[in-house]
Amino acid sequence: MRLLPRQAPLACQEVVELVTDYLEGSLPRGERRRLEAHLADCPHCTEYLAQMRATIRLTGRLEPDDLSAEMREDLGEVYRRWRDAR
Amino acid sequence: MAFRRSDPAATADAELVASLRAGDETAFVALAGRHQASMLRLASTFVPSTAIAEEVVQDTWVAVLRGIDGFDGRASFKTWLLAILVNRAKSTGISEARSTATGDAGPAVDRSRFDPGGAWASPPRHWIEESEDRLLARGLRTRLESALRRLPSRQRAVVILRDVDGLTSEEVCRVLELSAVNQRVLLHRARGHLRAAVEEFVEA
Repeated sequence: MRLLPRQAPLACQEVVELVTDYLEGSLPRGERRRLEAHLADCPHCTEYLAQMRATIRLTGRLEPDDLSAEMREDLGEVYRRWRDAR
Repeated sequence: MAFRRSDPAATADAELVASLRAGDETAFVALAGRHQASMLRLASTFVPSTAIAEEVVQDTWVAVLRGIDGFDGRASFKTWLLAILVNRAKSTGISEARSTATGDAGPAVDRSRFDPGGAWASPPRHWIEESEDRLLARGLRTRLESALRRLPSRQRAVVILRDVDGLTSEEVCRVLELSAVNQRVLLHRARGHLRAAVEEFVEA
């Protein structure tokens, strides 16, 4: 006996909205299975997921800017004032 | 993810904090240098100009020094630092207008790319043929930076902290005082915009 009605398969348009929850590990188990079943059959959504992972990696490689000389100077002063007041 | 990765950056921070407590100015400046980019990026999601963002960063360091003896190391230094920064940024009083939810709605992928049944009509094409190094070098870095700047401020703050700075979702919620659900919604929108920017660049 089936306790829950069988759920309709996910449409691609729904899948793209679930990708972040999926990557965050926050999808309930049933929904995760539906999503994985969709991915197994859908090369486009699989590509979309791969692109999302690539985007996250690429964003992670944006480089920090360095401290300007002026900022370094100012911060040194902030620090010395603090240290002297201790 | 719920578990904290063992983090060499956090260890280095802890060592610098110990030295600055002991009176070492170089350690303090080094610590500030390590976090400068993150702090400026995050501050500029709250305030309208780089000049004000820099003031917020400086205010934050004053507050950090004042509170350093109360820092118990239970949260990572970076989480603690960024939470102070958000506080300082909000206290400038110009932030609230910018933190409304406008622009945070909308689909991750434009509706026109799906057929009426919700299947892809214009599916994503296979991109990453070229190495990511080469893509970044030939202009993607600039493109991503500008896509990041165009994001609505709350989305920008979340994606910077998660994907540029590598904070966990729990840390982001703490720094920005967001619920877990809101954090995910904002992250989802932001990543959707950034993916679209990469797609546009690669397919141009």
